[in-house]
Formats: sequence, structure tokens, C-alpha cells
Amino acid sequence: MIDPRLELSASPHLKAPDSTPRIMWSVVASLVPVIGAAAYFFGVSALLVIVAATAGALLTERVFGRRGSLGDGSAMITGLLLGLTLPPGFPLWMAFVGGVFGIGFGKVIFGGIGQNVFNPALLGRAFLQASFPAAITTWPKVMSGFGALRGDNLALPLMSPNADTVTGATPLGLMKFQHEATNVWHLAIGSVSGSLGETSAILILLGGAYLVWKNYMNWRIPASIFLTVIVFSEILFLVSPTRYPNPLFMLFSGGLMLGAVYMATDMVTSPVTDRGAWIFGFGIGFLVVLIRVWGGLPEGVMYAILLMNAVVPFINQATQPKVFGTVPAKAAGPAKEAR
Amino acid sequence: MGLLSFRHGVHPPDSKHLTEKVPIRRMPYPDEIVLPLRQHTGKPAIPLVRKGDRVERGDKIAEADGWVSSPVHASATGTVQGVDLWPHPDGSMSPAIRIEVERWSAQLPRPRLVPEWRGLAPEQVVEAVRQAGLVGLGGAAFPTHVKLKPPPEFPIEFLLVNGAECEPYLTTDHRTMVEYPERVWFGVRIMMQTLGVKEAVIGVEMNKPDAVERLRESQPPDLPVRVQPLRVKYPQGAEKMLIEAVTGRQVPSGKLPMHVGAVVQNVGSIATIAEIFETGMPLVERIVTVTGPGITKPSNLIVPVGSKLRDVLAFCGGLKDDVAEIVFGGPMMGSAQPDLDTPLLKGTTGVVALTQAEIRPKPVYPCISCGRCLDACPVFLNPSRLGKLGQAGRYEEMEAYHLMDCMLCGSCSYVCPSNIPLSQMFALGKTMLRRHKKAEQGAKAA
Repeated sequence: MIDPRLELSASPHLKAPDSTPRIMWSVVASLVPVIGAAAYFFGVSALLVIVAATAGALLTERVFGRRGSLGDGSAMITGLLLGLTLPPGFPLWMAFVGGVFGIGFGKVIFGGIGQNVFNPALLGRAFLQASFPAAITTWPKVMSGFGALRGDNLALPLMSPNADTVTGATPLGLMKFQHEATNVWHLAIGSVSGSLGETSAILILLGGAYLVWKNYMNWRIPASIFLTVIVFSEILFLVSPTRYPNPLFMLFSGGLMLGAVYMATDMVTSPVTDRGAWIFGFGIGFLVVLIRVWGGLPEGVMYAILLMNAVVPFINQATQPKVFGTVPAKAAGPAKEAR
Repeated sequence: MGLLSFRHGVHPPDSKHLTEKVPIRRMPYPDEIVLPLRQHTGKPAIPLVRKGDRVERGDKIAEADGWVSSPVHASATGTVQGVDLWPHPDGSMSPAIRIEVERWSAQLPRPRLVPEWRGLAPEQVVEAVRQAGLVGLGGAAFPTHVKLKPPPEFPIEFLLVNGAECEPYLTTDHRTMVEYPERVWFGVRIMMQTLGVKEAVIGVEMNKPDAVERLRESQPPDLPVRVQPLRVKYPQGAEKMLIEAVTGRQVPSGKLPMHVGAVVQNVGSIATIAEIFETGMPLVERIVTVTGPGITKPSNLIVPVGSKLRDVLAFCGGLKDDVAEIVFGGPMMGSAQPDLDTPLLKGTTGVVALTQAEIRPKPVYPCISCGRCLDACPVFLNPSRLGKLGQAGRYEEMEAYHLMDCMLCGSCSYVCPSNIPLSQMFALGKTMLRRHKKAEQGAKAA
């Protein structure tokens, strides 16, 4: 027998099939229906905005990121998610800049994938909101033919976009400033004004369900957010049904679905422990209702998540698992029968 | 289902189909046997023979050095070629006694080197087991006589027989339970009487239903022992996990099974206790699973201790062309072997030949804090955090995160989607911390 060339590796010599790129690309795949819905409701403008934001993200990752880091799919997610948080008529150059900022300042300067503190897509959006407050709150109406642009998508860089688009108010805007509620069914389907991904709650939940089923998402985070929002807004609703929106409206309006399912669950910027996930979700849900009801802005999901991102290290620290054999055991005999 | 188990853990494919139905065969004596002096946990044995000495099968050729140590016996009749450095399965060069086997010898055992069990006092049983060089055959090779004589301040309530065999591929214990259930029961009887315990449980994972059945149908009516089926999960065969699965008790951090009144013994070792008292022969051979996709003829074998990997592989039809790595033990905790002249030891449970398809090098990505390692870790550590500290070489902080509780089962590395070599870093961290401690003690003494 001729001696074969033998490898020498450390144990374990077996490896579960899942990999980080596979997780990331699965998230991308689960976003496809949501993007499709955005295109259905907002036409070609939706696709243009998403492509512009994604192009900014990918290009920045390619230029400043580690070699080959495009392949792990995480920059793709950032770009798509950022695009989905923007209004359909958003100038493309601004969307592109948002992608550049999200990846550049949200991720690459921390050291790339796994190192960032804040969700890069949301950081990109926060930057855009601070920089272009008018453009980012210009909401065109849904349904006016696929080919028609929904606003000044093609505005030249550094020029203010034309304001003469047909705009509609978002459900949260209506609620906040006119105290007018939108039908929850419309919210669930997505046929309302708003950001691209603020629309189809049902498709977002389906995408999330797929990721939970694949064990690519910690379901405790959205569950905890939803639960907190429902309980907190139910209390407010009971106090004064006329002043405060009902819990279902709170749940399905605005960016809560997209934020809770896709942004808050970003593995890198959410707690690593399960107990931490519950606390994290509670914090987000609480802040969302707080900002929506008493804050100056109609929507608070973005700031709620970013604020909670900042305290993740503390949550992790406070919720370290209890090591085996350090918890006083329940009394049980050696001959204990089947549990 | 009323199947018991511990919490957390992982589910690698068990791959036992290759050998689980293959009856145990006896491998013929190879031309040369290599017996390292260090085949057990504890101090290496001290050689009693010199080059040129003629030894018979069963002769003691190295004496135990102290209580936590074990003697070594010649596993074949032949002539000692020398006591010198030889490749050891742990990767080092280690002193070993080499014996050229007499080809014409019938390898007949000397008459009864181990006394009859009946009529022996517990003390005498312990001594007989010690003299027979018996160690745990489940992998760790802890001297059995030490377990049989726990310190009196820790009363032992029950014996836990480890038939979990949670490592993928291995079927050594499985075949032992199927083919030698009477031996298992005799061994259980010996251990229970020696330890003076009234209760015993045999834990068997439910991917071995035939083992459970054979044990139950052959159980002597006077032995109050429960055969407990367990859910299939890795690392169920780890002592602490098995105790939790069967009793719900947790061995306190840093403590041993005896602190919760348990003695855990691998089922193969228990069958061997019975065997040495039956045959009167010390530990000179053991059952080994030789398996994996890289082996021509996967087998369960009885091999003389000290047989070289090369001879064992040849008996199993040799390696296939696409073999890429050979592991002693199971693929989760076993160690890769670079040299085909490495001998199989008392504690070698299996030889697994893996191909490129299983071990294909995986690109390493940064930790994305997915938390899978936390859900996998059977001792509830935070491997994600420990891994980051390990990468930075911050060993003291790793200790604060309970690194010393890590038993290097590899579950975290197995599930990590970023392919971070977590358990490898933890092994390094533990070694560094121990070295640190030693240096500190040395400094204090000086």
C-alpha cells in the first residue's frame, strides 16, 4: 500500500452544512417577493431606487471592504434593505449615496462583516434622513402604471428634486397629523403610500417565516417587538381610543414589519443570547410606540432599532448563559423515569 | 416519546450504517506490535523489558508508575526490539516497546493471569483490575481501578453504564452490546458489587434499538438495572451530559461524577472487566471500528493493542484512492493521524478514514453573532465571545468566561456557519492557562 497524502486538521472533522454566505444569500432570496411587491405597487421607480442603493453598497464594499467580501452577501442585504426603506420617488443619486454611507461608515470602518455596531442599512437611511429631509418624506401615491416614474428619480446630483409630484400621506403621517386611521387590510396588503418596503406586511412575514424555519433568524426578536408594541399600544388605546391608534394599526403601519423582521434581526447587531433577544425586542417595541405617539416624527422604527443596537454589548454582557453545573439542580433521583 | 437527553448539543449525521450490522471479526497478529508506555490518563508506565527479551502474550512489560497510572502487557508473543521513540497517536514521538511477533507462535495465553472473580473481596477486585492494565475504553483511557475505588468521602449511589456511543461512525460499543450482552451484565455485576451500589442504569442512544433489545432479553433477573433509551444527540456520551440525561442532576462546575454520587463507565470497558475475569487474560486486545467512506471494507475488529494503523487498514482491504484524512476515535473529538505506523492504543475506539468530501477546507468568515454555538454548547458557555477573546489571545478573560468548563466536544465548531475553529482555540486557551498556572506556582515556590 502506497502511503496516501494525509491532511492534518483539528477536531471536529465534521462540519454542519450551513455557512455564513448561505445564510446571507437566503436572506436576499427571502427579500425577492417583498421587492416584487414594491415594484407592483410603485412601478419601475421602486426597482430603480433599490438598484441605486444596492449599487452604492456593493461598490463601496468592493472598493473599501476586504477582498472577496462581496461574495458573503451581506453588502447585498444592506443595499436591498436600504432601498426598501426609501420612498419610491427618491432621487437615485441620493439612494446611491445612502448605500455608500451605510456600507462605508456603517460597516467597513468598523472592520467589515461581523464587526459593526449599527445596522448599516439603517445607518445609511439615518444619514439620508438627516441630509435630505424633504426628499425622504415625499410619498407618491401607489398604482399609476408600471412604467411611470413616481417622482424625480432622475434628479441630478446635488440638485434639489422637483417637488411637483403627486404625493400622498403615509398612514402614520395621516394618523399623527390628521388623526385619520387607515384600513388595516390595506396595510397588510401594502396598497398604501410609504417607503418601498413599508408596504406588504404579509410578504415580509412570509419571508421572515422562511428564515425562521431555516433557523437563519432568531424569531424571539420580532416576536418580542410585536408583543411589546401590541401590549403597549393596547394600553394606550384603552386609555383613549380617540387619541391613540389601535394596536393592529400600530403593528401593520410604517416600517415596523420590515424593521422587526429584517433589520432588528440582523445577527451582527442584535444580541447573541436568547434572553438578550427578548430584552432587545422589548426595547425596540417600547421605543417605537414612544416615538410614534409622543415624538416629533410619525415613524420611529429606525431610531428605535439604532438606539437598541447601541446597547447590544451591554445586553449580551448582562445575559451571559449560566454555565452547566453552576445552577443549583432540581432534586432528582438516579432512577428517575422518563421525563 | 419518553426518551431522555441533556440540553443543547448537536445532530451530526451518525453514519453508523457502514458497520452497525457488521459482526466483530478477529484480526490476525501483525508482524510487529508497538506498545507506547503512555496509553492512559496519568503517569506513563515504566518499562520492565529490554531489547532482546522474549515475552509471551499477557506478560507485563511495563509497570504502572503510581496510583493513577496503568501497566502495559505484551499483546503478542515475540521478541522485544527495543524501547524507543515512536509516533504516538497524540502527534508526539513517545517511548514505546516494540515487539517482533513470532510468526510460528500459537499465541496461546498463559494460564490465568487474572484470578477468578468469585470469592474476591472488593479490594482484591480493584487490585486485579489494576494489575490487568484496564483503562476506560471509551476514549479517555482513565485507569479503571481508580474509578472502582472512589475516595470514601464521596459515597457512590449508582453506576451509570455509558452505551451512548454518540460519536458518528463508531459502532464499537454497539456491537459489544449486541454480541456480548452477557459480558456486559457480568461486568455490571462486578462493578456494582465492587462499588457496593444498589442501582445501575445503562444509557443507550436509540439509534441502537437492537442493543437495547439484546440487553433487555439477556438481563439476569437478580440485577436491578434499568436499560434507558436516550435520544440521539451529540455529545451524549460525555459523562456530565449522560448523568444529566439519565438523572437530571448536574455535576457542579469543576467537579467529577462522584460528587453527585455517580460512577460512569463505558460499556466496552465494562464488558472488558468481565472478559479479564472470564479468560484470566489482562487487557491485550480491544474492539475497534474501522470505518469511513475512505475504507474499502468497513469492519468491527478485535485487534491486539499496539497494532499499527497500516496493518489494521490492510486487513480492512486498504484505503480508497480519495481518502484525505485518517482519524483515531470519532470524527468529532478524534485526532488526525499523519503516520500509518502509529499504533492503536487501549483507548482507540475507532479508525475513521474520511475523504475530501467530508473534510474539504472551509473558508473562515468573521463571527456574525448568530448564536448557534450558544445553542449547541452542552455546558452553556458563550463560544462566540470566547472565540473573539481567543483570537486576541486574551486567555485570562477567557477563563473569566468559564473556558475551563469547556470539554472540547467540538459542537460549537461543528455548527459555526463562519467555520471559526472555536474548539481548537479553546484547546489552545486551556493549555496556555494551565501553563500560566504552573509558571505562577513555580514563581511562588522559588
